[in-house]
Formats: sequence, structure tokens, C-alpha cells
Amino acid sequence: MSTQIPTRPGRARGAAATAPSAPPRRIGFRQTLGRWDVKISPYLYISPFFIVFAITGLFPLLYTGFVSVHEWDLLGGQGDFVGLENFTTVLDQAFFWKALRNTISIFLLSSVPQVLMALMLAALLHANLRARTFWRMGVLLPYVVAPVAVTLVFSKMFADDSGMINAILGQVGMDPIAWHSDPFWSHVAIASMVNFRWTGYNTLIFLAAMQAIPQDLYEAAVIDGASRIRQFFSVTIPMVRPTIIFVVITSTIGGLQIYDEPRMFDNFGQGGNDRQWLTVTLYLYELGWRNTNLGRAAAVAWLLFLVIVIFAIGNYLITRRIAAEPTLRTTRGAKRVAGRSAR
Amino acid sequence: MSAPSIPVIRQTAGAGAARSAARRRKTGVGSERRPRWLTYTLLSLAILVSAYPLYFAVQLASSTSAEIAQNPIPKLLPSGELFTNLKRVLEADIDLWQAILNSIIVSTATAVSVVMFATLAGYSFAKLRFRGRRQLLVFVIATMAVPTQLGVVPLFIVMRELDLVGSLWAVILPGMVTAFGVFWMTQYLDAALPYELIEAARVDGASMIRTFWNVALPAARPAAAMLGLFTFIASWTNFFWPSIVLGTKNPTLPVALQLLQAGFFKDIALIMAGVVISVIPLIALFIVAGRQLVAGIMQGAVKG
Repeated sequence: MSTQIPTRPGRARGAAATAPSAPPRRIGFRQTLGRWDVKISPYLYISPFFIVFAITGLFPLLYTGFVSVHEWDLLGGQGDFVGLENFTTVLDQAFFWKALRNTISIFLLSSVPQVLMALMLAALLHANLRARTFWRMGVLLPYVVAPVAVTLVFSKMFADDSGMINAILGQVGMDPIAWHSDPFWSHVAIASMVNFRWTGYNTLIFLAAMQAIPQDLYEAAVIDGASRIRQFFSVTIPMVRPTIIFVVITSTIGGLQIYDEPRMFDNFGQGGNDRQWLTVTLYLYELGWRNTNLGRAAAVAWLLFLVIVIFAIGNYLITRRIAAEPTLRTTRGAKRVAGRSAR
Repeated sequence: MSAPSIPVIRQTAGAGAARSAARRRKTGVGSERRPRWLTYTLLSLAILVSAYPLYFAVQLASSTSAEIAQNPIPKLLPSGELFTNLKRVLEADIDLWQAILNSIIVSTATAVSVVMFATLAGYSFAKLRFRGRRQLLVFVIATMAVPTQLGVVPLFIVMRELDLVGSLWAVILPGMVTAFGVFWMTQYLDAALPYELIEAARVDGASMIRTFWNVALPAARPAAAMLGLFTFIASWTNFFWPSIVLGTKNPTLPVALQLLQAGFFKDIALIMAGVVISVIPLIALFIVAGRQLVAGIMQGAVKG
């Protein structure tokens, strides 16, 4: 029983040994109760998480599979078993593939520049700044603005005819850009909203990782004659590599489910006239709640899940590769330096 | 609270290094000389970019729709229509007061319950010993990567079975626990709560729950506050699930904004007034607790 008392391993025996020397206690019901208390409490304390997660997280995810192989109407409920028909139908739809392409395009336009900008901002913040809390809070400000609000503001700025950005472009003599009607530019506009909200957040994550880099690495780099920029690429980037991977994976999981921004980008919420910014989650919503076909919506959910898994694994491999490169270069550089000084 | 900043050594060795070392000892903030104006300029630019869209909303919310149509680039200083527009949007068909109240209820309930359950579970995982502890913790961590948003279809079916569609409970219930919260509190309590305190309470005859309440909970307070903040913000800004399950009768703020957009799309000033209203509470929270948010993200990153 002593192992179940909440004590540090080394202390367990000591605590058990002191117990008998304590003044005699009433034995019986209370002690039995106490023993049950010790045994059951740990499970009791973690149970809320597991119960709620099972009901609202795990079960729906698995049950999605069940719904996806049935005809299932939003109002009519469960219908016939149809096997994989929902999947094949969805995969035959041009809209599905369009949505997938748009989602990936928006995801790339948001995650790549975002990680690069966040790394640069973190490098700037990673200095002995005056009023550094002010700067850190400043870059985090957009995080507290709901995506819906961000989109309402940005879609007005990016309006094709009367938008501020096109007006500014006009003043510097450039042609207006079709931020809504052109597929690529609509993706850029939507990605800019995602970047607006998340760059600062990721900056702080990178900043924390940079502050954890041991100082002697920089000292060694300085002795080797590395410039500031060289230090950034040869010391900072390789050292924050795990964090880069972490950020890329989380933004993959979140980014591929993008819904709020494309939903609110115009007044109709259907991804544009030509569905030029329809995303997979938006398509899921359309199938399930506009066309009242929950079976097909569930099939889309599973397909998206698959896409996310593939991308998460792929991104993991890519970022590991890319971020690993500078390390190799450093070793090579170090060897070169070592060779030179030996001569 | 945050880790001390790691200095980047000056380029000049010898005397320069000694000088900066001396300064480091003196100031305690280990770092080299102050950065030059270029750093501040770039950072100012970044802050301008992150703050301007909010100001843009205020600019439009304080104009008339005619003005907005005439000048795509709004005047630098807000004109006087702000309060008129705020009043108009609060009196519009879409009940924003109700939405504000709903958002407060949902976000507060979610934050309190996440903090409570995550602290309980985190304490158990970090400090109690029981069979299967390691495996269960691994399971919790694994679920962090699961895109639960994809379970919306069955979740909606379940909520309809429970007759909760349109009720705030449908939004609160799925948000009551998060794997991240459990992981976060486990990490924190593992480091911050000494076994001696728990032992002392147990030796004094405190029951398990009493030990939790009087020893673990006070120790968990800083991390619990941060977790509460992040949960509150996430809940306040959440749109996808509430828009599906709440519908038009009982919206939270983001859902109400969407209804505003659909119903008054010609009246940009009115919509922007709605945006301003929806943003004000979190900006206020940010001013009060922004420091904690920064610290929370940075600590979470170091550990996660």
C-alpha cells in the first residue's frame, strides 16, 4: 500500500515506517475508507477528462465513420446502409477537389510566410530591448481578436472596388487587384488574415526557444568569427528546430481545417461565385447543413482527417530536413576553421 | 517568470567581452548593448501592422456609410458617428446584448471547468501514483493532436438527441475539458508542487480531496490563471461549432457578427460597430492580463 501513498519513491519507505510510531488510531471503517480514498482518488480526479473526452471527442470521431457509410439526412435521420457510396460520390465532385486545392493553397500561403516572419520577429525581440514587455504584447495583440472580426475588417480592406488596399495601390500607380474574384489573390487575402492573427503567437513561441539556447554556442560562434547573420542561421535556427517542427505540425492541423475566414470573406459564405475560395471544412458545412446530407458531410470529415494526417507526417519530414541542414553546414564550417587553425 | 534572456556575445573579444560581462553582472539582464534603431523601427512596423486593422474598424465604425463609400482610405482621425453607430447596432434586430451575455456565460463556464478538471487531472498525473498512469498520460497527450473539430456531424446528432440544439449547453459541454489543459497542469504541478507539502498534509490526516484543495490548488494558481485566460479567449473567439449548433436565436458574439454581416451587408459602419463591440472585452482583458498571456505562451513553448 505504501506505493500508493502520494510520496516520492525514495521517501515511500520512510513515510510507511513513521506511520506505526504515530499515536494509535481507531482502526476499522475509517481506515478502510482512507485506503479506498488513496486507491480511488487518482482515477476519480482524471475521470472527468476521460468521460467528457469520450463523449464529445472520441465517440463523435469514431461515429463519423458510422454515419459516413449510411444515408443520413439532417432532418430525417439515419437511412440505409450505403457502403462507400458517400465517399465515391464526394470524390467524384469537382467541388471537393477544388476545395482541397484551395485549402492547400491557403495553407501554404499562410504557414510558410508565417513561420519565416515569426522567426525574424523573434530574432528581433531576442535582444536587450527597452520596454520589452511592450513589444512582446504588441505582436500578440491580434491573437485576442476573433477570426470572424478579423475577416470582417480585412474583407473590407481587401474589397475589390472600394477597398483601402486597392485605393492605395491606385495612388502609387498600380492596377487594382481582384482580391475576391481572382482565385489566387483571394487565397492571399485569406492567408493574410490567418497570418495576422497567428504570427505574433508563434513569434513568442520561437522567442522562448531562442532564449533557451545555451550562451556558449554563441560564444563559440563569435570566436569562430561568425557574423550576426551567420549566427542566426548556424546557431539559432538549428537550435530551435524542434520548436519549428512543433509550430509547423500544429499549424498544419489547424490550418487545413480553416473555416472562419473563408466563410466570412463575403456575405454569402459559400466560398465565392466560382467557389474560388471554398475550403474543405466549408464544403463539409455546405453538404451537411445546407444540403442536409450528413452522410456525405461525414465522409468529407474522414477524408479531411486523412489529408491532415498525411500532411502532418509530410511536414514533419520536410521540416526535419530543412531545419537540419544548417547543422551540417556548421559542422562543415567548424571543420574548416579547425583545419585552418591547425595549419 | 520567463527564462532570462540569453545574451549574444559582442563581436569584439577581450576588453569588450569583459565590459559586457561587467554590465551583465550589474544589470542582471544578461545581454549585450542595446540594439540599434533598426531593430526598433522594424518592431514598430510590426506593431503598427498588428494594431492598425483594429483602428481601421474604429475608423469605419465612426463614419457614415456614405463617407465609407466615398473614401476607400478612411480619414486618419475617427469622425463623430461612433456612438451613433454603436447605438444603432445595439438596437438592431440582432440582439447583441444577448450575444455578449451568451459569450460571457460560455467563455466563463468553459474556462472555469477546464481549469478545475485540468488541475484535478494534472495533480493526479503529476503527483499521485496509480496503475496505468503513464499509459493514460500518453493517451492524453496523443489526443492533443486529434482534430476533434471533424467530429461535428455526430456531435450535432448527439446534441439533437439530447435536445440541446440552440442551447448554450451544446457549446459548453464539449469545451469542458481539453487535453492541452491536462498536459499543461501536469507539467506545471510536476515541477512546482513539492512532495513534502503533500506528505505533510497527509500526515496531518487530510483526506485526498482535502489535500488537493488545500495544497495542490493553491500551488497551481499561477498556471491555472494562464490556462483560464487562454481557454477564455479560445472560447470567446470560437465560431465553427457555435455557428452550427446555436443557430440564429441564441448566438454568441462571433455568430452574431456573422448574422450582422448577412443581414446588413450594405451598412458597413453598422457591421464595424458590431466588430468594435465584440473586440472591446478582449482588448480590455489583454490590457489587464497581456503580460500573463505572453508569459504563458513562452512557458508553454519551452515545455511543449
